[in-house]
Amino acid sequence: MRALEPPMALLAEVTHRCPLQCPYCSNPLELDRVATELDTDSWQRVLDEAAALGVLQVHFSGGEPLVRRDLATLVGHAARAGLYTNLITSAVLLDQRRLDALVAAGLDHVQISFQDVEDAPGDRVAGYKNAQRLKREAAARVGAAGLPLTVNAVVHRQNLSRLGAMIDAAVELGARRLEVAHVQYYGWALVNRAALLPTRAQLDAATVTVEAARERLRGRLVIDYVVPDYHAALPKACMSGWGRRFINLTPSGKALPCHAAETLPGIEFPSVREMGLAEIWRDSDAFNQFRGTDWMAEPCRSCDRREIDWGGCRCQAFALTGKAAATDPVCFKATERGRLAEAIEATHEEPPPFVYRRMSGHKNPDEGVEPVPLGAVD
Amino acid sequence: MTTGPGIRLDVRAVPRLKSHVRLQFNEARGQWIVQAPERVLMPDEIAISVLKRCDGTANIAVIAASLAREYDAPPETVENDVLEMLQELAEKGIIDDARA
Repeated sequence: MRALEPPMALLAEVTHRCPLQCPYCSNPLELDRVATELDTDSWQRVLDEAAALGVLQVHFSGGEPLVRRDLATLVGHAARAGLYTNLITSAVLLDQRRLDALVAAGLDHVQISFQDVEDAPGDRVAGYKNAQRLKREAAARVGAAGLPLTVNAVVHRQNLSRLGAMIDAAVELGARRLEVAHVQYYGWALVNRAALLPTRAQLDAATVTVEAARERLRGRLVIDYVVPDYHAALPKACMSGWGRRFINLTPSGKALPCHAAETLPGIEFPSVREMGLAEIWRDSDAFNQFRGTDWMAEPCRSCDRREIDWGGCRCQAFALTGKAAATDPVCFKATERGRLAEAIEATHEEPPPFVYRRMSGHKNPDEGVEPVPLGAVD
Repeated sequence: MTTGPGIRLDVRAVPRLKSHVRLQFNEARGQWIVQAPERVLMPDEIAISVLKRCDGTANIAVIAASLAREYDAPPETVENDVLEMLQELAEKGIIDDARA
């Protein structure tokens, strides 16, 4: 067994609170309440532990990280520890005052998610009035502040027809980097899969659009492309392998090998309230459970791609087969590949209404756009 | 050969790390790394030597000549290799041309 390398990045989900209600949110259906969130001192201690462990980048995420009043304090602490700091935000709360404080704290980079290029469908997906306009204004502020901007364009069956315009909009917004991110089916997105999963033809057209744009914009805009693997024949190397590159911290301080890992049954995830980050990374049962290749059964165990895809995604294997250690059913070698057929079949039917992401639970039908009062998020 | 309307370097280009791209020594890992937006590069020894010289004042010809002396290597070969490496880094959004 080769020596364990330190994690590359810490995904700091500082809160699950969010003014948006996107039906493809990757957060769990059971959201952490504000009373359970780690406090400022605890986050600062964890950031120090991360830097000492060899973590290079910290991604402040959520929920919406700007809901936390101490965000600039945490960013400043991370920057002083030598970490590269990234804000992953919906940007509807990113006013000039907040941005100025983050720049002064040493923030390195901002990633803003966009739900669409047009206002009405974008605001409908976000479940938030004027979301698109607020995001465009925030993106302009980020550029004016001299910070590099990544636009994260989240795509699915209901907006893929506008992908070309979304790419053009990213250039106009001054982005250095664009992520064209097909929805991944975990958390709330799994609940809404039938409303979001594109047809094979839509996916193929999107791939052509992205490849043409990459060529056209080479040297001006870097485009990263995240595909929905339901239509693929080979699984993705989820998180670059379990416990290989990433630590995800939930708002309440649980350390996970990926943000969806809490959906897996029978694993006790360690808390930074009780264990240091280095010990969690090296020694915890949770991080060792699917690390490397020893846990694999056939067909993964003897597969020559086992150190390329690391068996695919554990959360997807569990969600689709009920077995966390099964071969990812996306793989053409998986005996349970048929589990994808039902989902793909549904792409040819009318999309059902969205189930919006809400703290109060997931039994809400599509009720149209109702703004959430900002007072509720602090 | 053309690569679209993006950056195209020649030996007179003056390379520099783009804003919010950092070349830094990581104590915990004992190695040099390049930190960029949602991207980390772990350059080899030669690439580190090149990147340390990308200070926004020296052009590629000057950088290559200095490296050729340090490594006692043929200047023309070094210049081609450096140009190729920097062109690739420019397309990845790591460096730009200070003259632009």
